[in-house]
Amino acid sequence: MTIEQLSIFVENQPGRLAEITGILAGADIDLRAMSIADTADFGILRIIVSDTEKALHTLKNAGCAVSVTKVLAVGLTDEPGSLAKVIRVLSDNGVSVEYLYAFITRKEGSAYVIFRVEDTDKAEAIFAMHGVATAGKEEIYAI
Amino acid sequence: MSEKRFYQPDIETAAYEKMYALQTERLAWAVKHAYDNIPAYREKMKAKGVEPGDVQSPEDLHKLPFLSKDDLRDAYPYGYLALPLSECVRIQSTSGTTGKRVVAFYNQHDIDLWDECCARAIVAAGGSNEDVVHVSYGYGLFTGGPGLNGGSHKVGSLTLPMSSGNTERQIQFMTDLGSTILCCTPSYAAFLAESIQEAGKRDEIKLKAGIFGAEAWSEEMRRDIERNLGIKAYDIYGLTEISGPGVSFECEEQTGMHVNEDHFIPEIIDPDTEEVLPLGSKGELVFTCITKQAFPLLRYRTRDICILTRDECSCGRTLIKMHKPMGRSDDMLIIRGVNVFPSQIETVLMNAGYPANYLIIVDRVNHTDTFEVQVEMTDEMFSDEVKLIEAREKDLLTRMRAMLGISPKVTLVNPRSIARSEGKAVRVIDNRKI
Repeated sequence: MTIEQLSIFVENQPGRLAEITGILAGADIDLRAMSIADTADFGILRIIVSDTEKALHTLKNAGCAVSVTKVLAVGLTDEPGSLAKVIRVLSDNGVSVEYLYAFITRKEGSAYVIFRVEDTDKAEAIFAMHGVATAGKEEIYAI
Repeated sequence: MSEKRFYQPDIETAAYEKMYALQTERLAWAVKHAYDNIPAYREKMKAKGVEPGDVQSPEDLHKLPFLSKDDLRDAYPYGYLALPLSECVRIQSTSGTTGKRVVAFYNQHDIDLWDECCARAIVAAGGSNEDVVHVSYGYGLFTGGPGLNGGSHKVGSLTLPMSSGNTERQIQFMTDLGSTILCCTPSYAAFLAESIQEAGKRDEIKLKAGIFGAEAWSEEMRRDIERNLGIKAYDIYGLTEISGPGVSFECEEQTGMHVNEDHFIPEIIDPDTEEVLPLGSKGELVFTCITKQAFPLLRYRTRDICILTRDECSCGRTLIKMHKPMGRSDDMLIIRGVNVFPSQIETVLMNAGYPANYLIIVDRVNHTDTFEVQVEMTDEMFSDEVKLIEAREKDLLTRMRAMLGISPKVTLVNPRSIARSEGKAVRVIDNRKI
């Protein structure tokens, strides 16, 4: 299963990030997970939200450059080596990871890792074959 | 040491009557030459109802049609060439590629007169065969390097054809070979001065003068360069269409540049009405080449806003003086010595798939021009992956460099965040105080 991630262009200007998170707050959108990639010139805010459609619409109306990307969310048990195992499965099968970020949940002992891979379909199949469960949107949005 | 004050004293200090007679004779030849050999100009003259015989003296110049950069571009490359190619020996070109490119042709006679004009500038800056002339203008299609190089040869100075860049090597040659006259853009001179200071080589350089042009610079910048390098700094002006550097040059009085009017007759016009304005008025500078054979442009509109004066000069030269250009009557920017038209940036953006909405911000920090182009991000160009955006940014930079000859800093901004044009769009913010 894949879930949708929103990526938002962040100009390299003071206050831009506050502006974007403010837009989301104003539309009553809950952030489930987020990460930010930055270069010297600009940033990319990546978020998983409670209502992707609404967030997309709101951000576009506010003049942001936004893209929707399919990513994989994998639930991990909170113990050493659990992430390593999952990454190993991908690398053994020749799937490159473009980026990933993790977040923990209110449930004790559970964490999720969001994977953005080169070939999402292939990664999904590989995960299924190796018994790595990917979380669907209901599971993530319900966190 | 030879104490030559003028390279060609009979011309440079000629009485006005003598200069006028020379101009009259040469102008008649030039008009006939252009009329006979450049069909496009002949058509322009016919359209205005002018025959070569109607132009008897510089007073009749106003009867001739103007030429603009657009005329040259439309006739690219050979349209204003007045000689067979077999008689030409050189091509130079203005900066900028597509759209605004102008190529100029020279036969040996034209190269010689250009070199002589630069020689006058070098001698006016105190140059002689005892000097080591260090030319850090770019060599190539740009006229800066070749012009001063040729002038230096005519003077008999030892010429160092350094070209631009590689500052460490510039300083090494300067100290090892005892350069005495530096020729480059004023911003590079300021940068060199700083680098020399940092390298602790201020006491090892023997520079006495600098000839700096190809971009606008302030009096304040002149004093800074003079103080930091311990030299006297002279301005020089020119444009490829007319020949190159040396169309006019400064003398020790430093109050404007003497125009080599035995080759190039200047006029000042109102850029809107195209009326000729009297001496002392501010307007657009127009040049008529009266001796050039291969590319003899008549009444070429420079788009530089300036003032002409014919006052007595303490240097002894009688050549008419032009004020340092005070601006442009078009939207051309000169950034680090390179001509940049906003339309070129627009072309690059459109070809690369970006909206033609942009903002050019130019400033001068530590005597060096900064050049930023703000470009709007679009949904199409945006990606969740940094490497994709960076690759697109790099592609855009490569295209801009290819088009302009210099690299701007490209800043990506939010979609639709740059003000849309309402009437005349603001595309350029020039914060330089010159």
